[in-house]
Amino acid sequence: MNTTPNSLRNGPDDRGFFGIYGGRFVAETLMPLILELEQAYEDARNDPSFKAELANLSTHYAGRPSALYYAERLTEWCREKTGGKFGAEIWFKREELNHTGSHKINNCLGQILLARRMGKTRIIAETGAGQHGVASATVSARFGLPCMVYMGAVDVERQKPNVFRMKLLGAEVTPVTSGAGTLKDAMNEALRDWVTNVENTYYLIGTAAGPHPYPAMVRDFQSVIGTETKEQFFAAKGRLPDAIVACIGGGSNAIGLFHPFLDDPSVAICGVEAGGHGIDVENGHAASMTGGRPGVLHGNRTYLLQDGDGQILEGHSISAGLDYPGVGPEHSWLRDTGRVTYVPATDKEALDAFQICSRLEGIIPALEPSHALAQVLKMAPTMDKSKSIVMCLSGRGDKDVFSVAGHLGETM
Amino acid sequence: MTETRISRRFAECAAAGRPALVTFVTAGDPDLETSFEILKALPKAGADVVELGMPFSDPMADGPAIQAAGQRALHGGQTLAKTLDMVRRFREIDAATPIVLMGYYNPIYVFGSERFVVAAKAAGVDGLIIVDLPPEADDELCLPALAAGLNFIRLATPTTDDARLPAVLANTSGFVYYVSITGITGSATPNATRVAEAVGRIKRHTALPVAVGFGVRDAATAAAIGRDADGVVVGSALVAAIAASLDADGRATAKTVPAVAALVGDLASGVRTARVGAR
Repeated sequence: MNTTPNSLRNGPDDRGFFGIYGGRFVAETLMPLILELEQAYEDARNDPSFKAELANLSTHYAGRPSALYYAERLTEWCREKTGGKFGAEIWFKREELNHTGSHKINNCLGQILLARRMGKTRIIAETGAGQHGVASATVSARFGLPCMVYMGAVDVERQKPNVFRMKLLGAEVTPVTSGAGTLKDAMNEALRDWVTNVENTYYLIGTAAGPHPYPAMVRDFQSVIGTETKEQFFAAKGRLPDAIVACIGGGSNAIGLFHPFLDDPSVAICGVEAGGHGIDVENGHAASMTGGRPGVLHGNRTYLLQDGDGQILEGHSISAGLDYPGVGPEHSWLRDTGRVTYVPATDKEALDAFQICSRLEGIIPALEPSHALAQVLKMAPTMDKSKSIVMCLSGRGDKDVFSVAGHLGETM
Repeated sequence: MTETRISRRFAECAAAGRPALVTFVTAGDPDLETSFEILKALPKAGADVVELGMPFSDPMADGPAIQAAGQRALHGGQTLAKTLDMVRRFREIDAATPIVLMGYYNPIYVFGSERFVVAAKAAGVDGLIIVDLPPEADDELCLPALAAGLNFIRLATPTTDDARLPAVLANTSGFVYYVSITGITGSATPNATRVAEAVGRIKRHTALPVAVGFGVRDAATAAAIGRDADGVVVGSALVAAIAASLDADGRATAKTVPAVAALVGDLASGVRTARVGAR
């Protein structure tokens, strides 16, 4: 990596911190394993054979590189709103075209190779929308390892297609009823499993959060998104994009897109959090950076939705994948440094963007990137026609059609 | 080593030829006043050291019993400030029983570490056990706590090998809490032989007392574990006794405090037989 002393891409430090964020806040039972994982990852990332195997799988199994696509009709739609005067070009990085239908496979392929290298014989994972659960079940099937997926009971109900996909892939899905039965509770339960089965089990965390080295490792595996985007956009336009946009739950697709651009000051970077019913509605959103405060949960210090006594709130989003009260620690640091701007998009804005994209581009996006699109549809009309925005279309919307139908008053 | 309530109490138990009984309950479970009554009843029933849980919304190292206790306490409006106040009230009537607060870091971080250790010391707290603060994070709370005159009690586990033990023990004071199983609280019953080996291993590295917990639920297990350990910790079984005593709406009944006291009495008799005939 081309890191320089003044680079924003040097983090984390050797204790796993990005500024004050990150770290390793875990029970002693897990600590030796976390240190072993850090060493194993360090060895793997410097091993050409590991890189070669990952690259081979990325190409022939996941279908990389994913396309970079000019969304011409959405661009025109935004331009018409300004009477044709303004409107940046809108481009999609098509992560929804990957095998399993989202960016999650990038991380899962990297981590399953690491698990195998460490001699682990059992995979556990948490999932919200089910995209990471499906990706984990997929790579576990591919490598012949048993896989247990923890999923909040509420999410099991609202993401039925993905639950069945996981079962088809041979994974066991455990509905979690503790707490509010959503993603954070699934992560608690996965941590409880891990601490109990620490000898043989690999915890395949799906987002760029958790104890060090997970945030850095997941970022590295997802950075293929930004690296390809840079090359593809340069090939198309001979320059860098003017803005890049991605949705943020834990923030893995976003950090994957953003990281290769952090040292390019001409590129504006925007992360879009789940604004739910609105930032002013108490516990009615999942925008941890816009509406939360720093705290310590799930092994790292980061912005969290919490009450005045440090109890974690559940948060709310129409999207099960963004319904998490925390965010990856590198995002918290990028927020504080001002390099990345984080904004919320509401449930309704996301639902509108979901429909607009389906009708104008023939692409049904997942509800998660629909939040990013909602922000793009606000930004593009304010920018000159000569400018370009690249948005990470992190997943496809098949899994959401039932719940969207419900929101639109359709019965299926 | 400075004498503290904790070191004094372990020394007294050692002199009596028995392990200390360390009892865990969650502050505010099932409500603040009942919880205070339970706290007062513990030493009378035979508890030597009290661990008072600070409830947290996301207790990642705890099993269902202690998760539920924390939920009951939070539902009843328990806060960190109320927990400290409970300790302050307890100190007005009991100057000798050590109190160790146990929980997770976030509520303390939000309260402010420096402010917390001063307030805890002033309230009469003797030590802290914070599950998600390994020695790598000592600057967060451990060092401020030691500076404020509190003991910082560390967990050692079956995964803590000889290479790592010195780092785990470096800033540990009061006692060492050996987690007898890899797992969450209240799960598998520990294997007494393996626990004895582990206690011996830890004792080669430290002169501190070693208390053993996770999975101890009755007098017989307490006696078996207490043969070799300096203390036996019981938590999930006590909060389960609280849960079993509640009415259909989850409120305390006349049975709640006596149920806990009876179980503690039973465990206290268990630790008193731990070394009878063993030497």
